[in-house]
Amino acid sequence: MSDPLLSLTGLNAHYGDFQALYGVDMEVHKGEVVAIIGANGAGKTTLMQSITGLVSNQPDQVRFRGQSIGGLRADQVAHLGLAMVPEGRQLFPSLSVHENLLVGATVGRPGPWTLAKIYDMFPILEERKAQQPSTLSGGQQQMVAIGRALMANPDLILFDEISLGLAPVIIGEIYKALPGIISEGMTAILVEQDISRALEVSSRVYCLQKGRVSLQRRTGDVTRDEITAAYFGVTA
Amino acid sequence: MIEWTNAVVQGVLLGGLYALFAAGLSLIFGVMRLVNIAHGDLIVLAAYFGLTTTVMLGIHPFVALLIVMPLMAGFGYVLQRGLLNRTLGDDILPPLLVTFGLSVIIQNVLLEAYTADPQKLSGGAIETASVQLGGLALGVLPLLTFGIAVAVIAFLQWLFYATSLGRGFRAVSDNQQIAQLMGFNKAHIFGLAMALALAVTAIAGILLGMRTSFDPSVGGGRLIFGFEAVIIGGLGNLWGTLAGGVILGVAQTIGAKIDPGWQLLAGHVAFLVVLAFRSNGLFPRINH
Repeated sequence: MSDPLLSLTGLNAHYGDFQALYGVDMEVHKGEVVAIIGANGAGKTTLMQSITGLVSNQPDQVRFRGQSIGGLRADQVAHLGLAMVPEGRQLFPSLSVHENLLVGATVGRPGPWTLAKIYDMFPILEERKAQQPSTLSGGQQQMVAIGRALMANPDLILFDEISLGLAPVIIGEIYKALPGIISEGMTAILVEQDISRALEVSSRVYCLQKGRVSLQRRTGDVTRDEITAAYFGVTA
Repeated sequence: MIEWTNAVVQGVLLGGLYALFAAGLSLIFGVMRLVNIAHGDLIVLAAYFGLTTTVMLGIHPFVALLIVMPLMAGFGYVLQRGLLNRTLGDDILPPLLVTFGLSVIIQNVLLEAYTADPQKLSGGAIETASVQLGGLALGVLPLLTFGIAVAVIAFLQWLFYATSLGRGFRAVSDNQQIAQLMGFNKAHIFGLAMALALAVTAIAGILLGMRTSFDPSVGGGRLIFGFEAVIIGGLGNLWGTLAGGVILGVAQTIGAKIDPGWQLLAGHVAFLVVLAFRSNGLFPRINH
């Protein structure tokens, strides 16, 4: 197998004074969609922050395209081709929808994703491009957040809880757009509370429990009992 | 009647200078939530840089801007990245204390270098030139000051709302973490914001030095006027800051018209009235 796009080796991460991750090992290969599941407080958010550089780590604990990035700042990591759709969308409230998308292109990486293509995928955003994000529905805001991350033309895109707080029909629409996004040669990590959604679109799954990897499997091979055990820490 | 009209018009023009004092203060607070206590002293520092440049090179203060603006901007960038960035965080106290210390240091360095003697920038004929307008005699320098203030505010407005750098300023101001995820280096963006603010400060310092005499101790007063203009106009609104400067200037000249001793008091009273009845200022953009 080729070298992984992203690899975590013995990642120990701290959230303030509290150690949130204990020796996490993980590999993500080009073209994969990897789901990360786990209960609240299992360390999913800290894991995302460690990968993106918002939480600083030992350089070698996080490697991206063979380069040690654990000690880099978030903006340096972003320039290397890693983008995130953050939990809770977190759009810039004083920027218009259009400007939010433009900010996504700050890293200036060429690639398939352009404003025109984003507006093509989510036509409603073009209609509302001059509006402030707070005037949009939750689902539309999520479209902006996804578009903003795509504008960076990343090699690896992280989706952090994209279904959180959205109506089921909206979640369905967002997930319908995912295969199109990933087929552009992008690699994705998907953090989800909604396990069945996560398993539907991913090829491999990691489960975190209390800061440790409690399960890793090909999505097709995993059983419900295994997930229950790994998720809650009980043996069925 | 014409005397009162005159007082109001002179106040409006004076307000342009106050808006220039305020613009840098407002910009820095807007981008990084830093209250810069040393802002007034940085204005005076710029005036002294102007003094040295005009005396040494024998050039007009306006020409000296070509040197003083980049000098102050460079100083601002280094100051921000070398010192002020380290003070920024969840606690608002460290930047207040450090800029207060900076204020004391600048005053004392100026005192050592230039003594406490009042100085003035010599603008030549422009200082006494005036134009007649409907029975009013308007000084060319105050008119020019006001025009420059409008131009600076318009430029900043354009920069913030029509350029990618401005988008970066606003994105970082909105959410520092997410802005970093988008590839903005927070430390660099803050450095650029301070550089821009001190370039405006350079203009304010030169115009101040041509209008009145100055010495190392006058920074505090300029800081107060700048603050009052920002608060009256409403935080985060650049045109509001100009309006705030104008209201402050008019209050001062009308106060002085009633009794020369009331000039400063009238300005402070106007500020207090706005603060008491419209605590967000007259034209707030950011509601916190």
